[in-house]
Amino acid sequence: MEWIRQRLDKFKEPFQKGKKLEKYAPAINALDTFLYTPNHTTQKGAHIRDAVDLKRTMITVVLALIPALIFGMWNGGYQYLSQIQTEVGFWEAIGHGALKIVPMIVVSYGVGLGLEFLFAIIRGHEVNEGYLVTGLLIPMIMPIDIPLWMVALSVVFAVVIGKEAFGGTGMNILNPALMARAFAFFAYPTYMSGNKVWVSEATGVDAVSGETILGTLAAGENVDYSVMNMFSGVIPGSIAETSTICILAGALLLILTKVGSWRIILSGFLGAAVMALIFNALPSMGIEGNSLTNFPWYQHLIVGGLAFGVVFMATDPVSGAQTVTGKWIYGFLIGLFAVMIRIFNPAYPEGIMLAILLMNVFAPVIDHYVIQANVKRRKKRLSGATQIKTAV
Amino acid sequence: MSKDIRIKRGLALRLKGEAEKQLVEAPRSKTYAIKPPDFHSVVPKMTLKEGAMVLAGEELFYSKYTEEVKFTSPVSGTLKEIKRAERRRIVEVIIEAHPTDSYKDFGKMNAETAAPEDVKSRIFESGCGAFIKQRPYDIVADPKDAPKAIFISAVSTAPLAADFGFILKDKVAAFQEGINAIKKLTSGKVHLSVDASSEACLKGIKGVELHHVKGPHPAGNVGVQIHKIDPLNMGERIWVIGAEDVSIIGNLFLTGEFHADRTIAVTGSEAKNRKYYKTTIGANVSDLIPQMPESVRVISGDVLTGDKISNNQYIGFYHNSITLIPEGNQYRMFGWLPFMYNDIHSNSKTSLSWLMPKKKFEPTTNLNGEERALVVTGEMEEVLPMDIYPMQLLKACMAGDIEKMENLGIYEVAPEDFALIDYVNTSKIEAQEIIRLGLDLMITEVG
Repeated sequence: MEWIRQRLDKFKEPFQKGKKLEKYAPAINALDTFLYTPNHTTQKGAHIRDAVDLKRTMITVVLALIPALIFGMWNGGYQYLSQIQTEVGFWEAIGHGALKIVPMIVVSYGVGLGLEFLFAIIRGHEVNEGYLVTGLLIPMIMPIDIPLWMVALSVVFAVVIGKEAFGGTGMNILNPALMARAFAFFAYPTYMSGNKVWVSEATGVDAVSGETILGTLAAGENVDYSVMNMFSGVIPGSIAETSTICILAGALLLILTKVGSWRIILSGFLGAAVMALIFNALPSMGIEGNSLTNFPWYQHLIVGGLAFGVVFMATDPVSGAQTVTGKWIYGFLIGLFAVMIRIFNPAYPEGIMLAILLMNVFAPVIDHYVIQANVKRRKKRLSGATQIKTAV
Repeated sequence: MSKDIRIKRGLALRLKGEAEKQLVEAPRSKTYAIKPPDFHSVVPKMTLKEGAMVLAGEELFYSKYTEEVKFTSPVSGTLKEIKRAERRRIVEVIIEAHPTDSYKDFGKMNAETAAPEDVKSRIFESGCGAFIKQRPYDIVADPKDAPKAIFISAVSTAPLAADFGFILKDKVAAFQEGINAIKKLTSGKVHLSVDASSEACLKGIKGVELHHVKGPHPAGNVGVQIHKIDPLNMGERIWVIGAEDVSIIGNLFLTGEFHADRTIAVTGSEAKNRKYYKTTIGANVSDLIPQMPESVRVISGDVLTGDKISNNQYIGFYHNSITLIPEGNQYRMFGWLPFMYNDIHSNSKTSLSWLMPKKKFEPTTNLNGEERALVVTGEMEEVLPMDIYPMQLLKACMAGDIEKMENLGIYEVAPEDFALIDYVNTSKIEAQEIIRLGLDLMITEVG
């Protein structure tokens, strides 16, 4: 251990202040801090500090994503292999999925972290760890067959326009991972929607096809999948969005570690359930709905990207609401709008992405009004106090 | 009459190295010092020159902009040195002490019957004015102000902080006289807050509104209590006085002399003789603890708000403890992995330290990370039991947006209220410093 540390210190020598390569210090520091928590001590303020730091927080989110990711790899292989052969082995399926997904992750991290390092060096600050999560999220919400260059381009858009243009980590208004997906969705719609993209090789092999459940419903057709399939996630869809159970496992970790806001997660599901229940009630009011409005409310919660979006995207603390009351409203409206968009927008039967992006934009407004209430309380107290004074 | 204040939000940090409840007489220091930087925003003007003889209670310097505020010598002796830093800023006024103290005689005064003006001028001319701090801004009070209330907190909730119940045990009579005097400084109420430990000795104190405070740190912070009892509005002034300082003021009226007695708790995992020491304000730290190696941090005050000092330096004017903890200038391999190094406490649940609620932790001064952008939300609110949005207020302070700072409650906070935010925040930002700078901006812009 000591040996590694010494070598590292020696290697860092030319990057010190006043030395030749000082400019590139953020890059080398980012690598160093991955091996070691630095020896920095408190110089002002409280003399002792909590064990948590941003790296630890972000890694916790990455850990929470792992179950959904592994399942996504297996499901990616299974959806394809089960259509061309009768028996699918576990490792065979994972292997097929991994061959598709691992390169996407490599590209996403490579391009994204490269940009992060670049901006850190230009701006002279340390590399923020936020991209560890974003970089994993981006491939996880893409269709399995998307070309790697599109992944790369989406990443560039997300990091440069979505984040750095606003001032970098902590300043962005929209969730960068969703920005990447939105970019790909609007720039390359044929790769991002329809019934040919959700199962691996569907575009090339005639015998293979697969539509998402929401797509099937939007087309007015019957769904062949059982509720159990929907919950466990053995259905076509974006890579990691399908398995509600794996997503809930991640949610559990986020909530237990307090890294993700349980308020946003709970209110998100609540909002979706309320909206779906309203539509479910239409027939009883004499209005004939369609297959999407009549889709049972609890199934709305377990299909499509709703669960993934609510658990992993809506809880992004930077683009979400920051106040406690704000979080309840923000999460609830995300769920509400996600189901509403699903039902009213037949061209794009998945609403969670747009619902979260929309609420990202409104989150500062929600917070503003919540904080304004606090300001008003204070002002009211002040006027009350001066009244007493004049009365005396 | 007494009221209960229950604080729910906060953090009761359990640290190793509590001081044993045993009072020991500390040896008399050779030199004592008053440190002008302890009095934030005071510009000192020296009254005496180096080499002058002083009695205990004799003026050393005064505040340039509020001349009534005097700072007096805690001991009798010779003014040995006026230590200056860059731009001739005075950092230490060192007095070489005589073997025994002789006191300047201010004359006895019955605080209960004396006129308010006499009480006030006696407090400020004797140097006891330095004990009175003003909210907003957390600075030494201006005698020209009329505070709407005075707050005294005998509750110590900070980790390893000295226990006022123990310190004040034998000073109740002086404390009562101090209250009698302080009562004359305001037309409003004098609020005294106590906890289970200090209640026993202060229960019978008359002339105060007694409050029972329960809850984790920062429940003992006077700012939190003000917020719950009688919140501060724009334009108002509240004065706060440290619990032990009240008894010094009382002694002034009882004896006519300035007895700057100070009880210091020596605490922390690196301290050997963890006891309470009876000494005098401005004592040299080397008289209470042996020389410490580089690997130990000597803190005058508690771990959250204290000042780093070195061997042979002097204890802070307002401090009731010295805390010794190990320096944390070591690298830790993969220290960022969640659920690793669980012996380091975390208020988040990413360390398993929360599974050991009884464990006493031994924190070092390691930052446990590096400064980052503000990302995580909700963690600051958990440790600030006020109706204030801490992150938004911090951002307003960073931006220097005065109107926003006012709206978000800058007048109600002091840096010490944000000490736990220093501790818990993931981004390792220096919240206390930001609030201090914000308050300083308010002083210059609003006054």
